[in-house]
Amino acid sequence: MESVVEVVPPRTHYVNAKYGVKSWLLTTDHKRIALLYLASVTFFFFLGGLFAVGIRLELLTPQGDLVQAETYNRLFTMHGVVMVFFFLIPAIPATLGNFLVPLMVGAKDLAFPRINLLSWYIYNLGALFTVVAILLGGVDTGWTFYTPYSSTYSNGNVMLTGIGVFITGFSSILTGLNFIVTIHTMRAPGLTWFRLPLFIWSHYATSLIMILGTPVIAVTMLLLALERLAHVGIFDPALGGDPVLFQHLFWFYSHPAVYIMVLPAMGVISELVANMTRKNVFGYKFVAFASLAIAVFGFLVWGHHLFVSTQSVYAGMVFSFLSYAVAIPSAVKVFNWTATLYKGSISYDTPMLYAFGFIGFFIIGGMTGLFLAALGLDIHVHDTYFVVAHFHYIMVGGTIMGYLGGLHYWWPKISGRLYPEGWARFAALVIFVGFNLTFFPQFLLGYMGMPRRYYAYPEEFQVLNVMSSAGASILGVGYLIPMIYLIWSMRYGPHAPPNPWGAFGLEWRTSSPPPTQNFEKTPVVTWEAYEFTPREDVDVVGVMDVLDRTLAPPK
Amino acid sequence: MQVSVPFSPDQASSYSGQVDLLFAFLCVLTILFGAVITLLIIYFAVKYRRRKQDEIPRAVEGSMRLELVWTILPFFISMGIFVWGAGLYYRMYRAPNEALDIYVVAKQWMWKFQHLDGQREINELHVPVGRKIKLTLTTEDVIHSFFVPAFRIKLDVVPGKYSTIWFEPTRPGRYHLFCAEYCGTSHSGMIGWVDVMEASEYQAWLAGGGGEGSLASTGEKLFQQLACNTCHRPQGRGPQLEGVFGKEVQLQDGRKVVADETYIRESILNPRAKVVAGFQPIMPTFQGQVSEEQLLQLVAYIKSIGPKPGTETGAAKPSTTTPAGTTAPQR
Repeated sequence: MESVVEVVPPRTHYVNAKYGVKSWLLTTDHKRIALLYLASVTFFFFLGGLFAVGIRLELLTPQGDLVQAETYNRLFTMHGVVMVFFFLIPAIPATLGNFLVPLMVGAKDLAFPRINLLSWYIYNLGALFTVVAILLGGVDTGWTFYTPYSSTYSNGNVMLTGIGVFITGFSSILTGLNFIVTIHTMRAPGLTWFRLPLFIWSHYATSLIMILGTPVIAVTMLLLALERLAHVGIFDPALGGDPVLFQHLFWFYSHPAVYIMVLPAMGVISELVANMTRKNVFGYKFVAFASLAIAVFGFLVWGHHLFVSTQSVYAGMVFSFLSYAVAIPSAVKVFNWTATLYKGSISYDTPMLYAFGFIGFFIIGGMTGLFLAALGLDIHVHDTYFVVAHFHYIMVGGTIMGYLGGLHYWWPKISGRLYPEGWARFAALVIFVGFNLTFFPQFLLGYMGMPRRYYAYPEEFQVLNVMSSAGASILGVGYLIPMIYLIWSMRYGPHAPPNPWGAFGLEWRTSSPPPTQNFEKTPVVTWEAYEFTPREDVDVVGVMDVLDRTLAPPK
Repeated sequence: MQVSVPFSPDQASSYSGQVDLLFAFLCVLTILFGAVITLLIIYFAVKYRRRKQDEIPRAVEGSMRLELVWTILPFFISMGIFVWGAGLYYRMYRAPNEALDIYVVAKQWMWKFQHLDGQREINELHVPVGRKIKLTLTTEDVIHSFFVPAFRIKLDVVPGKYSTIWFEPTRPGRYHLFCAEYCGTSHSGMIGWVDVMEASEYQAWLAGGGGEGSLASTGEKLFQQLACNTCHRPQGRGPQLEGVFGKEVQLQDGRKVVADETYIRESILNPRAKVVAGFQPIMPTFQGQVSEEQLLQLVAYIKSIGPKPGTETGAAKPSTTTPAGTTAPQR
């Protein structure tokens, strides 16, 4: 990124359009709501991170010595609950998605701006219940709430946490609904489906999962409440229920929920790979349909969480087969991203570093998914640290790389400021190294047989656990650096031009930050997605239009 | 074929090598795939790095042929892994007919074992090397999971039903036993040891303990104590239980069930769920009166008066994964 001379005429944009707390809390501007969400999820990210610090400190030594077993169980449960439901699921869709979906389709706002604001309030209401549950001592069921432990035996604040999860789900449903209607009905003239950025395709696929899957977790939480409070026998065999039924219901949502986390990240990566190489995405339609395929197949594989649950052997085989099927579209994406680099103009700016990091994590996380889907092998590694490492690589590594990569890439658009590139590259490197050092040893621990959710463990597992804890401290520092310089840049960063990257896409054809109505004039799209140069065999390779790099929005 | 994988636990059962082989194969596949993609990315990133700030490369058309190759090829590779893994799973979760039975009751936070000869142990399981061992597991409270890394076996222990798993230890030694399903405060304390012994040592160990007589005889005593025998006798009000185990039973409502461990357990706790044809549903429930361990003793007794080995019929379905008591709610 090059620095830009600081001559900025005062201009009205969405940030300075109105002042005062009320103008933020009652806003219906999708960009402001995105910032509200950004504040909320950042808070929960650091809260969840704090619990992780407790976990990693305790696991430094084989004996349980830092906290009580009971406390440790609450730490990993709240780490999971907070990170999954209050950070990973909303992280990209509710912040970057909220900010960018209308901009990318050339619309003034989402289809239902007030519902969009409502979704933020619902999210916070759910979060409030969960925070109260935490303050009252937390919950110790694991984020999976398996019955009959959660319904009959646990003495933690299961109900408060469950209500929190139940409520927050509705914010997810509303966001998904808003995206789907917006993408269907509010595309700018000329913006056909196959001219849409891949970010939009992946958010469309994500939204389908949000509105179809989330009601199931709500129902599951309701049934859990019925059993815990009213002793209706649903899951507890002592009351005539079936405990494995809970696992089916829980994973029917929670497996697709993994795709709610990672599909938007894939959308971000598609944008980064295309724009940071200034090239059309190789196999655009394959990448677009891969997102839909993942969303659809994602609903059919929940049973692979139940391979050792005494589920029927034959059901196990069906779910294993389908799990391999869902791996194919994921692999297709990786191949197409790699092919996009071919003959590109590859930038080494921070967003691209995150894209490289994503592909790295995704290969490791994805390939170890093949290990876990292999039935006979899963028996050994199920519920061990192998699983912990695998899902952190996919859900956390993947999502965080997409989230931070996207946040850096669109930061000039969001804040109107440039972040310090040197620090940002350094932080990206620290995070990549820290993450691998934290989670790679856990694959080995898992194969050696260390079960997950263990407060104390046999001594032979110590070395790898110490490595993991050391990595976690590096990772923690890595997360803090962007937090500091991004906040710093909001005030002190140089002003950003409309299109600092020389990138493609409608969001770069308006000023940074955009005005409240997004565009001075509704854009008319006459180009294909990522059409940096015409696709015909033109020998002359073009040079960037100077106009795109000026401070003023294009005429 | 045996492979030795670094960071793998001891190979102490007939599965260990097979699981490690699949693991090693997948590791190689991952490294190959990862290396190809990583090297390509590095090569492209260096060769096509941005040289001028305002350069724009020419567009590259996608390629249908490439897309097909990298869709179909991974599909066939993954189908290969699927078949490999599924075959292994099928063998691991189908108990053989001839195996040494051991009964396991899990509870927060311990493993209780009952041997046929009457020995009982906690958090320590003694088994002979080179014999097929079949465990029948249940739990008194929440879900636990029986996990012995050295054997590469794991199975959830679910309340309200019996699950079975089998293994054949191949190397004498002392191996970790873990609970792998989170079960509450002392989940990580629910660990123990499996002692695999030479046949002769095992015989000596069997002879050394026991005390109360065989599991079946304890069950028989219990059968009389609970007055089961007042009805379950020739011309009694309940069906006679001699020779019943493992056979198909005709029910009142026309269905047929195999009288396996699960059915016997259900019939004691919830007698009206599946009443045998020709009898009245008059048996009271024993829910809350017999513990899981006593239930297993009763099962062992009924099994012992079942058909002698060799004359066995029925019992065709896999005994692994039949949910108990899910068809009829208990009231």
